[in-house]
Amino acid sequence: MAEEKKVYSRTKGVLENTVSGFCPGCMHSTVHKIVGEAAEELGKLDKLVRVEGVGCCGLGQFYVSHDAIIAAHGRGCAVATGIKRSSPDSLVYTYQGDGDLAAIGLGETMSAANRGENFTVIFVNNGIYGMTGGQMAPTTLLGMKSTTSPAGRSAEEHGYPMHMCEILNQLTAPYYLERVSCDTPQNVIKARNAIKKAFQYQLDGKGFSMVEVVTSCPTNWGLSTIDSLDFLREKMFAEYPLGVYRDGGEKKK
Amino acid sequence: MSERVFMKGCEAIAEAATRAGCRFFAGYPITPQNEIPEYFARRMPEVGGTFVQAESEVASVNMLYGAASTGIRAMSSSSSTGISLYSEGISYSASARLPIVYVNVQRGGPGIGAIQPSQQDYMQATKASGNGGFRMIVLAPSTVQECVDMVYESFDLAERDHNPVLILTDGVVGTMMEPVVLPPMKSDEEIQKLRDAFKYRAIIGHPLGEAAYCRPGSVGSGQEQVNIEADKLYKTWDKDVRVEEYLTEDAEIIIAAYGISARICRAVIKQLRAQGYKIGMIRPIRVSPFPYEAFSNIDFDRVKGILNVEMSIPAQMRWDVDYAVQGRCPIRECLRSGGQLLTNEQVMKAAQEMIKEVL
Repeated sequence: MAEEKKVYSRTKGVLENTVSGFCPGCMHSTVHKIVGEAAEELGKLDKLVRVEGVGCCGLGQFYVSHDAIIAAHGRGCAVATGIKRSSPDSLVYTYQGDGDLAAIGLGETMSAANRGENFTVIFVNNGIYGMTGGQMAPTTLLGMKSTTSPAGRSAEEHGYPMHMCEILNQLTAPYYLERVSCDTPQNVIKARNAIKKAFQYQLDGKGFSMVEVVTSCPTNWGLSTIDSLDFLREKMFAEYPLGVYRDGGEKKK
Repeated sequence: MSERVFMKGCEAIAEAATRAGCRFFAGYPITPQNEIPEYFARRMPEVGGTFVQAESEVASVNMLYGAASTGIRAMSSSSSTGISLYSEGISYSASARLPIVYVNVQRGGPGIGAIQPSQQDYMQATKASGNGGFRMIVLAPSTVQECVDMVYESFDLAERDHNPVLILTDGVVGTMMEPVVLPPMKSDEEIQKLRDAFKYRAIIGHPLGEAAYCRPGSVGSGQEQVNIEADKLYKTWDKDVRVEEYLTEDAEIIIAAYGISARICRAVIKQLRAQGYKIGMIRPIRVSPFPYEAFSNIDFDRVKGILNVEMSIPAQMRWDVDYAVQGRCPIRECLRSGGQLLTNEQVMKAAQEMIKEVL
């Protein structure tokens, strides 16, 4: 009988014997997993600090096993600034949705990025407000229906979807900006590697980095989990192309 | 270790905080408190602390929230309309039980009001500095020396209670210069010791199984339990009442005033005493917890009237005075607001009218 070898175990970054609490088909739980894996691989779980936004990401506080502080809605990057400046040895990341980061928190996000604050932003973009029941977000696609744009988002009335990687790429200070997804095993691995890279840059003192994870929201998109993956690939990726927008480490090679 | 220097109120506040071990300050420019962030911008690098000029008051109060969660002594200052923007963050720090020191150098209001001094934030400071019904100890200095002493002790109060503390001063005290005795500078070792005491709940990263969570809210019955615990704390604050009773032993008229108004009244009382009038003053040194007993224990057979003096129209502290006096003597008002300063002459005139009315 061949010797058995353990090739996978659940990250210690999330609590044992605990379910995430996210809806079926939601990718938040996957993102939590890979954040934990990235920190674990770097041996920094005991230094990991989560600054949690308000919205669906707020469920994470009952799921993660590491230090966490709940920021006021939109203020993740300000709270993270206070933490990282006061405790430089901590590995600090904010975990924010699109409403939190790109609407109410846009000022804090832009300013922290512009100062080149040395922490990592995990930005989960599913194009809608999930926790409050499916309202229009800054990232809602044109034509996409929400409870506050029942006829679909129109450019004339609501303006256009906001592209945070591209917007932050206009600033000089950010060190690393990448947009990833978690729709396939390959993309999950890419996303984990992006988060790990961002964490490593923070440990090296390189400054601000953001990993945007484009995800689905079957519940508020009103689609099955399978159909929402199709929508994600066809519509969301078209508006939000995956890829590296800036990598200060690559530039220097 | 103490030293006597000539300093402006705002700068004395910043130096006293530095000496108390404050090592994080975030703020946003607003008159009349700009000398506080400017002083910190120079001073923090000298002592290994952090100064951040935030992009807004909303950001600075949340930077404080993050910094204080790591156990560092953190402070911020603003003025009136800026403090309104702090409200959410102050409420969060009260709910999460973070020991932060806030300073309000009051200016005229409501709204953008006026850049000149006022005392128009009394209700906001003492009753509802944010949503949810939390409370803070609120210290109200009337001299630059009191600014120094109160800021120095405010960090200890905040850490004793795991609760934010507010210094309620105004544009007069903040911008005037006076000789002050500065308290001793806490050593790096003392500051580290204070911080280490907070380590178990500091949001800095912990070994597995010992994670710390900083939550300004909760689910189920959790939040009510937080509120019950907070209420228990507030009920211990009888011991924290601080009040000055100035020439009240034989007084027939009592002035009620705090902060800069009390200072102006003191000069008027001296003049009236010289003329033979028995007049005194009850000055809340801390406006929360309010010294209700000082007013309710007045001998109303002797005291014929109370003159409430504030730089606020309408009057605000008067509600607390009324609550304690319960109609047992007439209460009259002498008020200014909108950045207009109270003068000795105005207080003198109001006091003379009261003398005519009740004596």
